[in-house]
Amino acid sequence: MTPTPRDYSLVGRDSALAEENGLVAAKWYAVKIDRKDLKRLMRRSDSPAIRDTLIWLALLVASGAGAVYFWGSWLCVPFFLVYGVLYGSSSDSRWHEAGHGTAFKTRWMNVALYHLASFMIFREPTIWMWSHTRHHTDTIIVGRDPEIAAPRPPDLRTMLLNIFALASSWKTLRSLLRHAAGRLSAEEATFVPQNEQARVFLIARIYLVILAAVALACAVTGSILPAMLIGLPSLYGGFMAIFFGLTQHAGLAEDVLDHRLNSRTIYMNPIFRFLYWNMNYHIEHHMFPMVPYHALPKLHEAIRDDCPEPYPSTWAAYREIIPTLLRQVRDPGYFIARNLPHNVEAVPHNPGAVFKAAE
Amino acid sequence: MTNEWTDACAIDDIDEEDVIAFEHDGHEYALYRTEDDRFFATDGLCTHEQVSLADGLVMGTIIECPKHNGRFDITTGQTKGGPVCEHLKTYETQVRDGRLFIRTG
Ligand code: FES
Repeated sequence: MTPTPRDYSLVGRDSALAEENGLVAAKWYAVKIDRKDLKRLMRRSDSPAIRDTLIWLALLVASGAGAVYFWGSWLCVPFFLVYGVLYGSSSDSRWHEAGHGTAFKTRWMNVALYHLASFMIFREPTIWMWSHTRHHTDTIIVGRDPEIAAPRPPDLRTMLLNIFALASSWKTLRSLLRHAAGRLSAEEATFVPQNEQARVFLIARIYLVILAAVALACAVTGSILPAMLIGLPSLYGGFMAIFFGLTQHAGLAEDVLDHRLNSRTIYMNPIFRFLYWNMNYHIEHHMFPMVPYHALPKLHEAIRDDCPEPYPSTWAAYREIIPTLLRQVRDPGYFIARNLPHNVEAVPHNPGAVFKAAE
Repeated sequence: MTNEWTDACAIDDIDEEDVIAFEHDGHEYALYRTEDDRFFATDGLCTHEQVSLADGLVMGTIIECPKHNGRFDITTGQTKGGPVCEHLKTYETQVRDGRLFIRTG
């Protein structure tokens, strides 16, 4: 294997380094908020997510119906575009919020949405529940965080393939087969507890049965239409998921214990915010994961004076991200150091952040 | 640690439907007050990654951990979802003359 500047595997050199440097399950910086204000922000409610979920499902049904109606003519394309984005991209934020258990107040609603959205974004719910837990414990800590979308140097080929969720779906497919056979990978075993493994295996088998049923429906009807409605939208509609997802941390510091330095808060338009369920307030989300998506704009107002300047638009974020990733291909030590406002408390860069090339 | 009643705080130190931390003999406890003025005490650190539950959210008789949203029933200590697998230890409580006592040990 070609030596890489950093070892992003969860069982390799840099996981040991992270331990040595005190970066594992460490204490993270959080802006101080009055307890009463924070309680108000954390308060749960069913109504915003019920409203948003009903709109989301109604749009899915309407666009799906239009796509079926116009199937065989070019007119189906815009319907599939809308259906695909709702199915294969906005399911990412639904998966995320419901996974945290904050979208709804009522627990079963979170669980139901979590499972539906997991299938739509083509992620195994149990595996990703635990990987996301680790992502919150050790955000962008090399060797610990399984969800680093832009390692250094960035893997541009995989990123490009993931515009249509190709690399990620291929990985999921292989994982499903492994899990259906009753096995976890060595990396998965580091973050999935023993007592959750049976559930991983069961859900993998259910996913494969659903996919087989869709393939059978295609064979019986002699048409790809069933797969265009279930399964393939995760691919052809997945481009907005990476478009949003990459803005969260790509190009920012690794191995720092301060989300203001490794996450982005970006102002987005209302349509993006509906699709992305306010995850553009990403510093806020990481610092206070108990605050539901609908309260993140208010949380942003409460802490903004202690945070770096938010990006004024997604475009502005990409004007930084794209050149940074291209430069990191040649110079993997390079990253964007975010400027904190003057006089705010800061966490010193941890020694683990010192770039260290592999021997 | 002693197996006796310990004066933990004044009951008004805890808001309705809220939690505070209490340290005694080097051990952290979480003290809860429900909306209907019942008091409970548990270990103060989440069984998942030892995060202080006093920064969490009380909803009815559930405490949600601030780190990964793991949930416990504060009346029994039982896990109620999220990434928590191990139950929380609970302690008896008593209110006397406006003060909350917990049975430590
Ligand atoms: S530390 Fe409490 S749920 Fe993870």
